[in-house]
Amino acid sequence: MSFLKKSPWVLHYAATSCNGCDIELLACLTPLYDVERFGIVNTGNPKHADIFLVTGSVNEESRKVVENLYAQMPDPKVVVAIGACALSGGIFRDAYNVYGGIDQVIPVDVYVPGCAARPESIIDGIVRSLDILEQRAKERKRQRKMVAL
Amino acid sequence: MKPYAWSLAFAFILVGPLLGALLAGVDRRLTARMQSRKGPPILQPIYDVLKLFEKDTLVVTQLQTLYLWGFLFFMVIAGFILFLGSDLLLSLFALTVSGIFLCLAAYATNSPYSNIGSSRELMLMMAYEPMLIMVPLGFFLVTGSFRVSDIIAGSPWQVLQLLGILVGFLFVLTIKLRKSPFDLSSSHHGHQELVQGMTTDLSGSDLAIVEIGHWYENVILLGWLYLFFAPWGPWIALPISFVLFFAEVLVDNTNARLKWSSTLKASWLMTGVFGVTNLLLLPVIS
Ligand code: SF4
Repeated sequence: MSFLKKSPWVLHYAATSCNGCDIELLACLTPLYDVERFGIVNTGNPKHADIFLVTGSVNEESRKVVENLYAQMPDPKVVVAIGACALSGGIFRDAYNVYGGIDQVIPVDVYVPGCAARPESIIDGIVRSLDILEQRAKERKRQRKMVAL
Repeated sequence: MKPYAWSLAFAFILVGPLLGALLAGVDRRLTARMQSRKGPPILQPIYDVLKLFEKDTLVVTQLQTLYLWGFLFFMVIAGFILFLGSDLLLSLFALTVSGIFLCLAAYATNSPYSNIGSSRELMLMMAYEPMLIMVPLGFFLVTGSFRVSDIIAGSPWQVLQLLGILVGFLFVLTIKLRKSPFDLSSSHHGHQELVQGMTTDLSGSDLAIVEIGHWYENVILLGWLYLFFAPWGPWIALPISFVLFFAEVLVDNTNARLKWSSTLKASWLMTGVFGVTNLLLLPVIS
């Protein structure tokens, strides 16, 4: 049993678009949903984060930020894309500067659909990503042992 | 020195962080309840630290880990001296040195956030050190000794004689515990102007060391608080100190953050009004 599952710290970035999913994500922190009861903490700091939550359609401006944040997170880490925009570009798909989906820029592990995604489904997405996170942690441990040998 | 003093000091090294973690856990749960949330499990701080050891540690400079070990080492020394029943002043100096090491670690990582965080922390040290120094001084004037064991065996009226100093100490305790309105060096919540202040660039096991250091610090500060009521015996003194300790959580949740200049002014004012006045009045009262 990995402790990553008991204390996932999330980093949240809104890669432009309408910010609807953004607000829903923050709603998860309110007393009604209170994700802190699962040990989930919203850190504003990539170096402390385990799960990267991205909302919105990524465009040329926000691409660098997304890549940079992803690179700054220490392993093991997972990425959750939230909302139609983050999945495929959503209604902004045809805009000239939109890449169409976070997975065009960084590897995504869990997709949470919806426009806007409901807080319940966002929490479900995070819980699903925990299994992947645990897998990664095991792999990382093995890698570290091999380096140490 | 009695053998039981040694066992208390060694118990601090072993059990101290566990107790500190529980204090932090209760703190988080209380905070959540005050915001009408359910809150994390009491053991959450322990889960957090065990998790941090599973993560990779990003090293900006090799120095940061060295400084952090210095921080932890002097924190343990400060508590060891305190729980051994030895010199209170020496314990305070070790506590200060450990704070300086944390600042050095933050400076070494060179991120603008941690730089601002550590310069604010230095400013906070200037704010609370005068009052902290006054605590051993007050005890010395009342009991005639800096030794913790003598203070514990002192007169039951010492808390009344030192009431002003106790008030001043409770004020700077809020700064020491990094609670609002004085959490300007390392905000515990994301999405604020400093991100995480001093710990911005520390990750993985380095961050875990900082957390463990804070657990020790919690216990040490609780110990200081206990000293005021110690002559009444643990059954009365312990509950009082716990209540006062967790009253800080209420302060934390009902206050917005101050700027460093107002913090400095407020804490020096408190030091002057309560600490110095108390010291001046001591010859009259006792
Ligand atoms: S998916 Fe819908 S609600 Fe979410 S950011 Fe895009 S347009 Fe807004």
